[in-house]
Amino acid sequence: MTVQFTINGVKVEAQKGESVIEVARRYGFEIPSLCHHQAVTPYGACRVCLVEIVKGGRKKLTTSCNYEVLDGIEVVTDSEAIHKHRAMVLELILAEAPDAEPVKKLAAQYGVNVSRFERSDTEMAQERHDCIMCGLCVRVCTEIVEVNALAFNGRGYNRGVGGPYLEAPQSCIACGACAWVCPTDCIGFVEEDGMRKVLKWDRELPMEKDENGRPIAPKFQLHYFKEKFGLPADIYKKAPGSR
Amino acid sequence: MDLTKVDAIIENYDGDATSLLAIMQDVQDQENYLPREAVNHISAKLDVPVSRIYSMATFFESFHLEPRGKHICTVCMGTACHVRGAQRLVEHLERDLSVKSGGTTEDLQFTLEEVNCVGACALGPLVIIDGEYHGNVTSTRLTKAVKKLKTRKGGE
Amino acid sequence: MALISNSAKLRSYREELVDKKNKEGKKVVAICAGTGCNAYGSPKVVAAFREEIEKQGLSDKIEIKPTGCHGFCERGTLVLMHPEKQLYQRVKPEAVAEIVEKTLKGGEVLEEHLYDEPNTGERYKTEHEIPFYKHQERLILGKNGEIDPTSIDDYIAMGGYDGLTKALELGPDAVLEEVKKANVRGRGGGGFPAGRKWETCKNAPSDKRYVICNADEGDPGAFMDRSILEGNPHAVIEGMIIAAFTIGADEGYVYVRHEYPLAIERLTIALAQAREWGFLGKGILGTDLDFNIKINRGGGAFVCGESTALMASIEGKVGEPRAKHIHTVVAGLHNKPTNLNNVETYANIPLILDKGADWYISKGTKGSPGTKIFSLVGKVNNTGLVEAEMGMTLRQIIFDIGGGIPDGNEFKAVQTGGPSGGCLPASKLDLKVDFDSLWEEGSMMGSGGMIVMDDKTCMVDVAKYFLGFLKFESCGKCTTCREGLRRLHELVTDISEGKGTEETISLIEELCDTVEAGSLCALGTTAMNPVLSTLKYFRDEYMAHVNDHRCPAGVCKELITYEITDNCNGCMVCAKRCPENCIAGEKKQLHVIDNEKCIKCGICKDVCKFDAVRIY
Repeated sequence: MTVQFTINGVKVEAQKGESVIEVARRYGFEIPSLCHHQAVTPYGACRVCLVEIVKGGRKKLTTSCNYEVLDGIEVVTDSEAIHKHRAMVLELILAEAPDAEPVKKLAAQYGVNVSRFERSDTEMAQERHDCIMCGLCVRVCTEIVEVNALAFNGRGYNRGVGGPYLEAPQSCIACGACAWVCPTDCIGFVEEDGMRKVLKWDRELPMEKDENGRPIAPKFQLHYFKEKFGLPADIYKKAPGSR
Repeated sequence: MDLTKVDAIIENYDGDATSLLAIMQDVQDQENYLPREAVNHISAKLDVPVSRIYSMATFFESFHLEPRGKHICTVCMGTACHVRGAQRLVEHLERDLSVKSGGTTEDLQFTLEEVNCVGACALGPLVIIDGEYHGNVTSTRLTKAVKKLKTRKGGE
Repeated sequence: MALISNSAKLRSYREELVDKKNKEGKKVVAICAGTGCNAYGSPKVVAAFREEIEKQGLSDKIEIKPTGCHGFCERGTLVLMHPEKQLYQRVKPEAVAEIVEKTLKGGEVLEEHLYDEPNTGERYKTEHEIPFYKHQERLILGKNGEIDPTSIDDYIAMGGYDGLTKALELGPDAVLEEVKKANVRGRGGGGFPAGRKWETCKNAPSDKRYVICNADEGDPGAFMDRSILEGNPHAVIEGMIIAAFTIGADEGYVYVRHEYPLAIERLTIALAQAREWGFLGKGILGTDLDFNIKINRGGGAFVCGESTALMASIEGKVGEPRAKHIHTVVAGLHNKPTNLNNVETYANIPLILDKGADWYISKGTKGSPGTKIFSLVGKVNNTGLVEAEMGMTLRQIIFDIGGGIPDGNEFKAVQTGGPSGGCLPASKLDLKVDFDSLWEEGSMMGSGGMIVMDDKTCMVDVAKYFLGFLKFESCGKCTTCREGLRRLHELVTDISEGKGTEETISLIEELCDTVEAGSLCALGTTAMNPVLSTLKYFRDEYMAHVNDHRCPAGVCKELITYEITDNCNGCMVCAKRCPENCIAGEKKQLHVIDNEKCIKCGICKDVCKFDAVRIY
């Protein structure tokens, strides 16, 4: 079903169920965001993608990533108020992720080069290290990879992300999807000495090698895929072209 | 712990995963905390990832993942108690029990906790010790109450 | 087989109950057994009365009835003697034998147990003469003093479940019109008209609907919902059944705080009775209405008072709010249309059905009909639950009902609406209290918490307290709430420690703006109220902390000093109790506090019997 509305005064068309941010981006309107990815359910955590939406004559500020398009709404993607609030949100994020390049770059675009807030010196904050609690890793892990290794823990300012009991999650297959999707690159993903390591979660798994002795992927991961998709027992022995 | 007890609790809720919170509460009521083996067992039985149970257990304030003390001192931190000096009582108990709020003494005798409000505002400031409400409490009375429990420990 | 199979049966059943009671002609002694009075030792008073009645062989003449909260918590344990409604307060078990002997048997009034007005010393004999009760309109709470909450017969005898039978006769559409006409607004905080909620839910296309009662009363200092559930659980159940009938729901939940064990216990009993008597289950009162109610215990998260978080929690998930671009009345629990109201709102419904919307709107104000229960607490003489008609002024509530400020101190502010509300100063005392007027002044009704503060309360400290509460209770999803509230708390803490500057204050205001605009749920979007309202009305006090590094109320530890004055007679008690051993002085000589070592715990001031310790 088609939905018609306007973005910054321009008439646009979209499919029912699409989010405002997706449609806006398709039409070339830039809306910044740090917690949005097409592949997973919108979450609305970072609050950077705030826009103004007029619906039924009433204007409100709301996040565009989890706002489903509706007929007749008017979307404004930039205004003085939007700019001001995004700048403050980015200042809050920058304080906790001062080394994350994408955050620094985006904040600078909004005139924020130094945060007026000091980085917390708690153990928890050290542990987080540039993590901005966007939840992309959690969503990828539960919705796409479906191993449910990660979840948010705690709440409020004590919120953290990781495996249960703050230990290396036993269901993690070290696929690296979390590291790949992370907007601040704070997870850390390396292969060395025949091991795959996801640093932030302390997960280390030995690699399986193919018949030529080249590492393919962690054994545990391959086993998981084999079970999940019912693959032949010897599938990984063959070179990629002949599987 | 005896996992058949956990099974019985799960059975009470027909093994329904939407009753997860209630099941966790019942287990905690029985054990005074949420033992890890129980969490693993619930996870397997209900087919709910351990990560989600841990997430719930750390999100909701009422869960405890570590064993708690034999005696539990809970200071009400409601607004009425606050304006009547509840914060000072927490600090006082921290000194008396040598434990930080939220913690348990090493000998597992005392746990010091805070609660948002129990709605007994006329009696503020209020401290609940082992389920007994101590209203309009002063530091002197707290010291006495704690001393009583400490000496009782020696007599047992 | 249900005990009550139709409306006619209910009427005859009630008549039998009333006849029996009249025939027995027992004097009823209602003893408050709410959480507050229980803490005073009410169970022991009940036991003492029962024992004494037994001993004196009066069991066929006097009934001892433990009830829910009577509201006057300040004076517990409360003993209300029917039918005269003679009230004895602060009753201790030791006094019971004499009360039975002299008052119940002999008809003598024991002066020492009567309420005495603290300012005038005047004593009052009956409940309705006491100023605390006299100025109230106790439509909901009044029954608490008469009903044994564990007895459905008590509720039925007083006309209980009559609202339901009327509703069943009227049919869903007419009930909806009545509730809409009554304009009963959500008592949980938002003040949204319940009728409009019901209507949207009823009209939302679906094969399944839910009714939820929000009893996750999280505002610190508010306990009216608990008291209704403890004292009159069937009123809430009846309200929920009427809602279910109106919108077409067959499943209901009561989400109640786990910190309220007594409320859970009484509700559990009431639900079991309602099932047995036939008010819940299949084919209620001979109609085709099927409805059942389950209890969910909250896990201890303030944010679960928010509807979407509450529903997530019932679904067995973390209580995190979600965007409500589609309202929960259309897609709520398990994505089905769900009507959620709070305890007090449901308790109003049977009344509206029973007495009619016209009667209901004759109470209160035009925009906010009916009554509202407030928990009047803090620095006030008569702490307790107060049910007042909407439109009463703050002054009437705090001074006429509440008896003013204790110890001759001065009124400074009243905090309404819990952590989402604000602090109103003395200049607003003549404000007529309803949903809209409070909102206009930068506060809100919230669930009805009313915390009175005197000149010994520091407003910076109050703002810090609420921010500390909220930063801890934020679910942590939105940056603005998680980081914003933490930062606000840091900034206000800086001020309370004398480290703030004028820039701190402007940064607070700037940040408040974004926390409000950028957060998802009401926890975040109203979190700035306590700090903004105190800044608005008590800016001078902030400035004293900032410019003079002084806490005028003598609360902020970093800015105060304890000193021993000439009143000291050298009794050495403070020196012995000082945890830091920093009080020097010989017997019968003036003691001195070593301010370098003093941790400002205040114990010396607490233990001094001669008022010799002062705060500067």
